[in-house]
Amino acid sequence: MQVSFLQFFLWSLLKVIVVTVVLLMAVAYTVLLERKLVGRIQNRWGPSRVGPFGLLQPLVDGAKNFLKEDLIPASVYKPLYLLAPLISLACALISIAVIPFGEPSAGPRHLDLFEISNVNIGLLVILGITSIGVYGIALAGWSSNNKYSLLGSLRSSAQLISYELALGLSLVGVVLRAGSLNLRVIVEQQAEKGIATWNIFGGLQFIAFFIYLMAAYAETNRAPFDLPEAESELTGGYHTEYSSMKFAMFFMAEYANMITVGCVATLLFLGGWTSPWGNLLGPVENNLVNALLSVFWFVAKVFCFLFLYVWVRGTLPRFRYDQLMNFGWRYLMPLAILNIVGTSLWLAYR
Amino acid sequence: MHLILFLLFAGFCLAGAINLLLQTHPINSALSLIVVMTSLAVLYLLLGAEFLAAAQIIVYSGAIMVLFVFVVMLLNAGREERTLGSRAARIVGLPAVVALLAVLATLILHIQGLGGAAISQGITTTEDLSRVLFHELLLPFEVTSVLILIAILGAVALARHGNGERPAAK
Repeated sequence: MQVSFLQFFLWSLLKVIVVTVVLLMAVAYTVLLERKLVGRIQNRWGPSRVGPFGLLQPLVDGAKNFLKEDLIPASVYKPLYLLAPLISLACALISIAVIPFGEPSAGPRHLDLFEISNVNIGLLVILGITSIGVYGIALAGWSSNNKYSLLGSLRSSAQLISYELALGLSLVGVVLRAGSLNLRVIVEQQAEKGIATWNIFGGLQFIAFFIYLMAAYAETNRAPFDLPEAESELTGGYHTEYSSMKFAMFFMAEYANMITVGCVATLLFLGGWTSPWGNLLGPVENNLVNALLSVFWFVAKVFCFLFLYVWVRGTLPRFRYDQLMNFGWRYLMPLAILNIVGTSLWLAYR
Repeated sequence: MHLILFLLFAGFCLAGAINLLLQTHPINSALSLIVVMTSLAVLYLLLGAEFLAAAQIIVYSGAIMVLFVFVVMLLNAGREERTLGSRAARIVGLPAVVALLAVLATLILHIQGLGGAAISQGITTTEDLSRVLFHELLLPFEVTSVLILIAILGAVALARHGNGERPAAK
C-alpha cells in the first residue's frame, strides 16, 4: 500500500519529535545514572535530595543551566565560539535517526514505527556523522583563545582521528558477516538462533567487540580516555571557556554520543531488538506485545552497555597521552585488521 | 522535490566555494571547504550514489578536512594580508576565468560517450558499485591501491629520514 507524501511527512515529523524528546530525557537520566553508580562505587550515595532517590535531579540541573549567566569571554573568536556547541549537539542528535529501536514492521500501513529512516547504508551514515562531530570540539578549543582549550581540542582531534580508524575497521567483520550496511539486515541476520548467533558470540566477533568498546570510549572522550577534558591537567579542556547552556550543550552531546554508541553496539554485536532466544521461540500472537517486547530488549541491552561505561569510568585511571596513541596505533589497528582477515577466511572456507 | 534540493545544495556549494576565496582567515576558508564537500555529498546522493555520498563525508569532510583544520590550529595561522595583486591579473582575471569555464563546459557537453547521470529516484546500491569495482574494473582499482601504498611509503621514508638526521646533527 502506497502512502502519500503528506502522510509520510507527518509520520516522520512525529517520529522525529518523539525520538528527540526521548533521547534528551535519556541523556538527562544517564547523567543521573552515572552520578548514582559512581557514588555507589565510591561508597557514597550520590544525588538523593531532590525527589525520591534523587530522581528529579536532572530537571533541577537543567533549570540551573538555563538560569546561569551566559558569559562570552572578550577575546574569543565569536562566530566559531557560538557555532561549536551547536555542531557538537546537532551531530550527536542526528545519528539517532538511522537507528532501529524495535521490530520495524509493527507500524500501521507499512510505515516504520521504531526507526526514523531506514537507510541502506545506515552504518556509514553513523560513521560519517561521528566524523563531522569532531569539528565541534576542535573549533571550540581553537576559538576559545585559551591554551588549555587549545591543548584539549588538539588532543581530542588527534585521539578521534586515530581511534576512528580502529572503530571503522572493527565494524568490517560484522558487515562481512551480514553482507549489508543496513542496520536492520544486520540485526535480522543475528536473530536466527538468538544468543548463539549474536555477532559477539556465535559470530565470533568478540575481538571486534573489544576493539569497538575501546575505540568507543576514546571516541566519546570517556574515561579512561578522557584526556581532552582531563580536569587535573587542562582545567576542563575544550569547554573551559564555556558556561551556562553552551556548556550544557557539550555535556548533552557527550551523553547523547554515549547513548548512540551503546545503540550501535547493541545493533551490531548484541542482536539489536531481538530477544536472547531470537527466532527459536516464535513471536507472541499479540502485535502490541511483540512491539513492546522488542523495544524492551533493545533498551535493556543499551542500559547494560551504559552501565558498563560508567563502571569502567568508576574503576580505571586515565591513560597517559603517549600510551593512548601507542595503544590505538600499535595494538588496536593491527588487531582490527587481523580480525578482518580472520573473519574473511572463516567466511570463505567454513 | 529533487530539483529543489539540487538547486539548494548546488547554491550552497557555489556559495561555499566563493566564500573560500573571499575569506582572509585560513580557518574560515577551511570551514567553507567543508561546506563545499558536504554539499557535494548531497549532490551525489541526489544522483543515487549513496555509497559515494557517505564516503565523501567520511573521507573528505571528516578525515581530510579535520587534518586541514588541525594544521591551521597547530600553526595558529593568522589573518592573511590582502594583496591587490598585479593590475593585469585584475583586468584579465575574471574574463579569463569565464572564458576558460565556458570552453570547458562546451567541451564536456559535446563529448559523446561519457555516460549520463540524471537526478533520479533510483539508487545505486553498494552491491552494484562493488560489482563494478571488483569485477569489471578490478585491475585499475588494485593498481590505484598500489599507487596509494607507494605514496604512504614515500611519506614514511621522508618522515624517518628527518628523524634519522636529528641525532647526527647533535
